[in-house]
Amino acid sequence: MSDAAPVRKAKGTVFVQPEVCKGCSYCIEFCPTDCLEFSREFNAKGYHYPVLGRPEDCTGCGLCGLYCPDFAIFGMRFKDIEAAKAASLASHPTR
Amino acid sequence: MTADPKGVLTGVHFLDGDHAACEGALAAGCRFVSGYPITPSTEVVERFAQRIPMVGGVFIQMEDELAASITMLGAVWGGKKVMTVTSGPGLSLMMEHLGLAYITEAPCVFIDVQRGGPSTGLPTLPAQADMMQVKWGSHGDYEIIALVPDSPQECFDLTIKAFNLAEQWRVPVFLMMDEVVGHMTERVVIPEASAIEITERRWTKKAPGEYRPFDACADGVPAMAKAGDGHRIHVTGLTHDERGWPALTPKSQDKLIRRLTNKIRDNADALADIREDQCEGADVIVVSYGITSRVASSAVLQARAQGLKVGHARLVVAWPFPTTRIAYLATQCKAMVVPELNLGQMVHEVSRAVAGKVPVLLVDHAGGTVHEPQVILDRILEAAR
Amino acid sequence: MSETTLNDDQDLSGLPLVDNPVMPYLRQERIPHIWCPGCGIGTTVNCFTRALEEAALDLDKVAIVSGIGCTGRVAGYLNLDSFHTTHGRAIPFATGLKLANPDLNVVVYSGDGDLFAIGGNHFMHAARRNMDLLVVCVNNFTYGMTGGQVAPTTPIGATQTTMPFGNFENPASLPFLADAAGATFVARWTVFHVRQLTRCFKEALGKKGFRFIEIMAPCPTLFLRRNRLGDGVDMVRQYKERSVLRNGADTKEVAVGMEGDIVVGTFVDRERPTWLDAMNSHFSSVLGDRYRTYGG
Repeated sequence: MSDAAPVRKAKGTVFVQPEVCKGCSYCIEFCPTDCLEFSREFNAKGYHYPVLGRPEDCTGCGLCGLYCPDFAIFGMRFKDIEAAKAASLASHPTR
Repeated sequence: MTADPKGVLTGVHFLDGDHAACEGALAAGCRFVSGYPITPSTEVVERFAQRIPMVGGVFIQMEDELAASITMLGAVWGGKKVMTVTSGPGLSLMMEHLGLAYITEAPCVFIDVQRGGPSTGLPTLPAQADMMQVKWGSHGDYEIIALVPDSPQECFDLTIKAFNLAEQWRVPVFLMMDEVVGHMTERVVIPEASAIEITERRWTKKAPGEYRPFDACADGVPAMAKAGDGHRIHVTGLTHDERGWPALTPKSQDKLIRRLTNKIRDNADALADIREDQCEGADVIVVSYGITSRVASSAVLQARAQGLKVGHARLVVAWPFPTTRIAYLATQCKAMVVPELNLGQMVHEVSRAVAGKVPVLLVDHAGGTVHEPQVILDRILEAAR
Repeated sequence: MSETTLNDDQDLSGLPLVDNPVMPYLRQERIPHIWCPGCGIGTTVNCFTRALEEAALDLDKVAIVSGIGCTGRVAGYLNLDSFHTTHGRAIPFATGLKLANPDLNVVVYSGDGDLFAIGGNHFMHAARRNMDLLVVCVNNFTYGMTGGQVAPTTPIGATQTTMPFGNFENPASLPFLADAAGATFVARWTVFHVRQLTRCFKEALGKKGFRFIEIMAPCPTLFLRRNRLGDGVDMVRQYKERSVLRNGADTKEVAVGMEGDIVVGTFVDRERPTWLDAMNSHFSSVLGDRYRTYGG
C-alpha cells in the first residue's frame, strides 16, 4: 500500500442514463483523462453503457456530455452540482 | 371585422383582372407575397411589388415556383396573410406545397391565371384546363376550395372571399382565373374599407403549454398561432397528432386525413355559390364558370329569343363541387349543357351529380380563345331536341 | 448497477438529482430519438443546445426549420418553434418566416442532400440575397434516411446504393459554394470538434446575414458500413487525425475526399446588408416619406 500512487481526488463526476445509451463509445474514446469504460452489464437494448472505471480521474469537464449523440451522459464539476441540484429541485418539486 | 384602409384603394377604377386581384388581396389584408413571373399572371405580382412598400409588407420574387409556394407558408407561421400567383406550368411545380399547406392547415391563397396547356402550351392565351389539377394534382387525399371569377370586378371581390375562406377553414384556397379575365379591362368598384368584411385569423386564446396547433375546435378547424409567441409549435408535413408531432400509424392517418377532408366535404353545401338565372322549370340548363359564362350568357339569350326555356347556372365556387344543388337542378330541366375551355373537366363533376337523370352535353374547346356563342347555342338547341 | 456511476434515478447520499443541462432544450417526451448508434447528428444537436444556453437568447424567438432526411428530424426534437418542411425547401420556408417576423432568429438545420441537391438552388439564392438565416448543414456524405444513396458531397470512389460500383461523380465543396454564392459567414467543423463547434454556433447565432456552418458527421449504418470504414468512433478518430485548422482559408482549397486533409475553421466572416436591410434602406431612399421601415 505504501508504494501506491498518490491518491487522486475527483473534481467531478458523470450522470448516465444507461437505457438511453447506444454504445457508440464517443464518451469513452474522447474523455481527456480516460476515466470512462464500458459497463459489464447490458441495458435493455443490449448495449454496454459507460461507467466511471476510474472515478478519481474525473474532472467533471463535461466533454463526454458534449459528444454524446443520445444525451445519455453528462459530466459536471462537484462545485457546480450543488447549484444544479437546487435548480433541479426547483423545477421538480416532487423529486 | 372590416378591412384595413391602408390596403384599400377605394374608388371607381378601370382595371384588368390581374390588377383587380392584387387590389383584392391588399384589401383582404394580404401583406406578404412570394411570387415568380409567369404569363399571364405576372401583372398581379408586379402591381403588388409596386403597392406593398406604401401599404406595409413584403414582396419577394423567389427563384422558382417551388420556392414561391413554400416561402408564403413560412410567412403564414410568421403571422401574415399570404398569397402566391401563377399559371399552369408554375402550378404543376406548386403541387407538393399545396399538399404541405393542406396537411399543415395553413391559410393561404393560390391564384392560377389559366392558360393553354399542357406544358408550355399557349402562354398568352386562355384555357380553363387546370380545374381538375387543383383538386387532384397533389398526391394523397385532400379537399380545397376554388373560386372562379368572370370579370375584373369578381377578381377583386372573389380574392377577398378567397382570403376569408382560407382563414375560416385553415385551408389553401384557389382563385381560378384565366388569361382573358386576367387581361380584360373593366370597371372595378372598390368600396370604402369599412364596407369590406374581413375574416380575421382565428388566433388561439390558450397559453403556451396548453395550445395544440392541430387540436380542432367544434367546427373541425384548429385555432392558429405564430412563431415567436412562446408556444414552441411543431409543424410537419408528416402525418401528425394534435400536438403536431409525427404520428405515423394507420389510426393517426385515418383520424387526421378524415378530419381535414371533412372540414370541406361536410360544408360543401354551405360553401356552394351558384348564380342561377331562370333555372326552375327550364328545358335546358347551361352550367358554366369563369369567362365561358359570359359567352354562354349570349348563347342563352339567343336561345331564349327563339322561345326556349333556358336556365343558366354559373359556378362561382367550383370546389367543393356543389353536388347537391346540381343534382337538384337536374330535376328542373330536360338536359344540361356544359361549355368549358378544355376537353372536358368540370363536365365530369356535373355528370356525377346528375347521375344519369338527364343528358349532359359538353361544349369543349382545346383552348386559345373563348368559345363562339354560336357553338354553345347550337349545343343548347341540340339539347332541347 | 455499477457503483462507480451515478444514475439519474439514483442519488449520492440522499441528495436530489441533477438534470442533463440539455434537457430543457429538447422535447423530452420524444427522446430517445431515431438516429442510429454513433450517428453524428445527435452530437451536433448537443453542441447546438449548449450554444443556445451560452448565447442566452430569448428561446421564444428562436425558430428552427428543417427539410427531409435524418438531419431534418432535428426540428422535431428541439423545444423551439420548429418546422419540418419539404425536401430541399427549408431555406425558402425560413425566408418567409423571417421576413414575416423579422424579430425571429431563424435557423435552418438540414443535411447535405437536402440543402445542396434538391435544395441547391434555394441555398444559392438565399446566400446571394444575404437572407438573415443561419444554415447548419450536417454533412454525412450520403442520403441516410432513404438507405444510403450517393449525395452531391459523396467523395469519388465511395460506394453507395445508387453508385454500386463506386462513385465516379465529382462532389461539391460546400464552403466553396457558400462563399461563391455570397454567404457572409462560412465555417466547417467536424463532430470531433465539439468545443469549437459550440463556440462557432454561439458566434453565428449572434451575427446577422447568411451564415453557413458545415459539420462533418459520420453515418455509421450506411456510409461507413458500405465503405468498410468502421464505426462512428472510427470516423471521428479520422476527423481528429486528418483535421487541419486553417481559419481564413481560401474556400477554393478546402475540398474533402476519402483521404487527405480535412480543413476546418472559419473561412469567411464579412459584413453586407441583409436582404431586409437593403430593402428598407433602398425604399427609404427612393420613396422618402411615403415609406415606413418594415420590421423595425
